[in-house]
Amino acid sequence: MHELAIADSVVQIASRHAAGRQVTKVYLKVGHLRQVVPSALAFSFELVAQGTPVEGADLEIEEVPVRGKCRECGAESWPKAFPLQCGACGGLDLLILEGEELYVESLELEEQPAENRS
Amino acid sequence: MHRTAVKKVVLEGVLDANDALAQANRERFDEAGTYVINLMSSPGAGKTSLLEHTLELMRGKLRLGVLEGDVQTTLDADRLARFHVPLVQVNTDPGFGGECHLDANMVRSGLSELPLNEMDVLVIENVGNLVCPAEFKVGEDARVMVYSVTEGEEKPLKYPLMFRTADLVLVNKVDLLEHLDFDLEQFLGHLDAVNPGVERILTSARTGRGLDEWCSWLESNTSGTRR
Repeated sequence: MHELAIADSVVQIASRHAAGRQVTKVYLKVGHLRQVVPSALAFSFELVAQGTPVEGADLEIEEVPVRGKCRECGAESWPKAFPLQCGACGGLDLLILEGEELYVESLELEEQPAENRS
Repeated sequence: MHRTAVKKVVLEGVLDANDALAQANRERFDEAGTYVINLMSSPGAGKTSLLEHTLELMRGKLRLGVLEGDVQTTLDADRLARFHVPLVQVNTDPGFGGECHLDANMVRSGLSELPLNEMDVLVIENVGNLVCPAEFKVGEDARVMVYSVTEGEEKPLKYPLMFRTADLVLVNKVDLLEHLDFDLEQFLGHLDAVNPGVERILTSARTGRGLDEWCSWLESNTSGTRR
């Protein structure tokens, strides 16, 4: 997918939440069903972060496997590939509970300790 | 100087900004009673050709309008100009940095030139691309994917998101089947593996096959929104 556009969005979200503080880590959740190549994203992120409060921050990507609930028998499955099939009954009608995430979960920021604030 | 590390919970979707704009587009479409189709495919699968025939067949039956998306040129818009329907071309190159897909913001930029209140259907012809357009909601009612039989059987497995999010797949250029080794059943099997039971219509923009079925689909899907 468009890793540069995603990286740009991640840096903007992180900068806004950092509110002037330096960001040291960005925790990103990426579901397996999203079309994101982690290495391409890490590379793009490094480029886009330059000159922002996010520069130099580590991008920690947590890949989320697909978890689905079968609409026919109610069982939960963790399909690894297409077809997204229920492991119990073989049904193809799964409600996807996890695996479509693409969000900034949290940041690690540098905070100046109270006694150093002027 | 000693600094402490602080964790801040964010929980913000990377595409939230786009989705908010898509929702705003959606509200404008609902207010105007316009049914919106996001038409997607790889380059050359036949979107514009199918659109040409659709505009011809639907003349006097449905009021269609088109928002054309291309990286560069007005070639597609020029082809459709002779149908005298509301039409706007959005180029992603100038101003949007040559994006390979349309997003909600780009679609929004084209809406000011379209008389939505006088349109039953807006077809957004997306940039030819099997990957990125699928990721970006623009406020559409339905996603129609055009697939050419010249593309082989395996694409649904290679580009699952595009095929998963389709509401209808037009399997196009079927007039060429006799010249190809394309295994239609195998392709449909792969399609069902990725999007079980998705509606599909075999079409040929050249011979007209399947176009009546496609137009019926359009008419029945828009009857709910039309004013």
